[in-house]
Amino acid sequence: MSDKIIQITEMNKWFGDFQVLKNINLEVEKNKKIVVCGPSGSGKSTLIRCINRLEEHQEGSIIVDGNELTADTKDIEKIRAEVGMVFQQFNLFPHLSILDNCTLAPIWVKKMPKKDAEDLAIQHLEKVQIADQASKYPGQLSGGQQQRCAIARALCMEPKIMLFDEPTSALDPEMIKEVLDAMVNLAKAGMTMIVVTHEMGFAKEVADEVIFMDEGMIVERAETKEFFANPKSDRTKLFLSQIL
Amino acid sequence: MNKLNFLQPDKNNLNTYLYTGTILVALSIFIVFLNSFFNKDLTSFLPGTLSFFLPLILGFIGLHLIRIDYSGLKFLDSINKNINTNNFNAFLSLLIVFVVIKSLPPLLSWFILDANIAGDSKDVCTGSGACWTYIKIWFNRFMYGMYPNAEQWRINLSFIALAFLGTIGFFATEKFKKYLTLYYVVVYPVIAFFFIFFFISGGPIFFDFSYGIIAAVISVIIGFFIPSKFKMYYFIIVPITLYILLKYVFFYEELIELGKLEALEWVETGAWGGLSLTFIVSFFCLIFCFPIGLFLSLGRRSDFPIIKYFSIGMIEFWRGVPLITVLFMSSVMFPMFLPEDMFIDKLVRVIIAISLFEAAYVAEVIRGGLQALPRGQYDAAKSLGMGYWKMHILVILPQALKLVIPGIANTFLALVKDTPLIFVVGLLEIVGMLNLAKTNPEWLGFAMEGYVFASVLFFIICYAMSKYSYNLEQKYKTER
Repeated sequence: MSDKIIQITEMNKWFGDFQVLKNINLEVEKNKKIVVCGPSGSGKSTLIRCINRLEEHQEGSIIVDGNELTADTKDIEKIRAEVGMVFQQFNLFPHLSILDNCTLAPIWVKKMPKKDAEDLAIQHLEKVQIADQASKYPGQLSGGQQQRCAIARALCMEPKIMLFDEPTSALDPEMIKEVLDAMVNLAKAGMTMIVVTHEMGFAKEVADEVIFMDEGMIVERAETKEFFANPKSDRTKLFLSQIL
Repeated sequence: MNKLNFLQPDKNNLNTYLYTGTILVALSIFIVFLNSFFNKDLTSFLPGTLSFFLPLILGFIGLHLIRIDYSGLKFLDSINKNINTNNFNAFLSLLIVFVVIKSLPPLLSWFILDANIAGDSKDVCTGSGACWTYIKIWFNRFMYGMYPNAEQWRINLSFIALAFLGTIGFFATEKFKKYLTLYYVVVYPVIAFFFIFFFISGGPIFFDFSYGIIAAVISVIIGFFIPSKFKMYYFIIVPITLYILLKYVFFYEELIELGKLEALEWVETGAWGGLSLTFIVSFFCLIFCFPIGLFLSLGRRSDFPIIKYFSIGMIEFWRGVPLITVLFMSSVMFPMFLPEDMFIDKLVRVIIAISLFEAAYVAEVIRGGLQALPRGQYDAAKSLGMGYWKMHILVILPQALKLVIPGIANTFLALVKDTPLIFVVGLLEIVGMLNLAKTNPEWLGFAMEGYVFASVLFFIICYAMSKYSYNLEQKYKTER
């Protein structure tokens, strides 16, 4: 029990009449790296947004680090602070410099002294190799640099779990590598990660397990090698044959 | 068509075309100039219609001749590029130049040459031009309304002090920069409020003002010796205690009279007026309508039905009624709903009414900015653990407000120009004073001068505001 950091049981979610997630059961242990893949519209993004409660689920339960997410969770902000998230569209704050993007939440949410927050930010920016851009604004950076900054920004909150929502889908092929490198380093450092991505190379390199989703259901969940070597369901085989 | 080739300017005979063209254009402008300034018609020997259009034709040909691409002459190229790109543009340029030249002499003579400013009665205004004597004599009234002449230094002093306090931001050192927002949003309006309602208003209320100041000064001085652990309680309790002591125990009021120190004479708000009232009304309406509008716009997007529908109701109500009705209601209807012995000053009622009215507009402008932000900004802020207020104050509003600076400036300018409407409740700011002055039997017939004067003043105020808003836009521009 203790090392299961995320527990989702029999979770259902609707957008209006349309059921996006059907009977999701998922347990994630600490320090595991999980890649979620599947065709678009299969509910992958919605699933990981539910873990952060950016979307509300209607049935079932989601327990993150011992706290159940419900409508009257008063300290939802505290749980969110422990779960970092990186978005497809970066979502940096354009009115703040890169450094301020990284220090904003530690200073105002965690009440960290400004000096400490800046040191921490520089440290994380160095890890993703954009410390030299710290004083620039997001609009002045390339897509890859922006996404790495977004990773650093999430890391500055020192989260226990990192969620990645298609972090490389909006990038040029050349920039994908620099972002994936940053993610690989993060994985090697032992972070618990759930990554929605189409980068199968990344999945093979770092993932412990791969989850395949289609039409709001988890179709298959397997160890990485097993998943790519002999997928069980026909839907997975079809998907893999198209993507590889 | 070969015959017409000489009409097509080319680079080889640059000088020929340039000189001919320039001379023709200069000649056309000269003809119009003489005609307009000295009433001399050089072309009177020609038939009427031709004589009338001759300058236009000459200038048109001239401009055609100097339209040479890449001539190598910087000045010529810039003219060709900006005002002489094709025949139609050349024609328009000429027309504009001629209209300006034609309209200059009458304007000049009305404003300056035939105008009068000397003397101090309307008898000196014999010329056909403007009678600035009228403005000169009435200047005091236009600035201060019916405020007693002997007391006008109070208005001047207040405005100078407020202007000075308003510029403090430019001199603040790094250390104090972070308190500037707090200063401008909270402290400065409070100071301004005290100045206006105690200093300019004066009267018995001035005593309260002075108690307040004395209590504040004494408590701040003693405050330096209080350990910081107790400061919080100290600054809540001591100033209030001092205030009560001064007012009810020491009878400071009597002390002042004993010392032959007279308090400031009371000037009721009905006597305020002129440009100073324009400033006062605009200033308070601006600083009140902005926060109210901000909360209404947030409220309209709220998840709580009560807040949401209250905000929608407020916005739609105030947007749906004309300002003049609102003002009329505030002065005639509103007092009926109050208890008999309760009285709220007319000016206060007007300021509240205009603030609420404009707040509805500000709310919708800000809502536009909020809607322009991508949803990802909300997601990112939430995912970093920010609650509603932190998210809005740190992430959403700075971006949304930056986007709507032009819209807010627009609303504020409209507000300033709406202030003359307060005449319906009997408050006379500058336009109201003009209307009063123009009906004075001694000074009938100078409405024009007055309105021109007011237009110029309003233009200066509004232009300054619009420049300032443009500067703000530039200052907060962080994209690329």
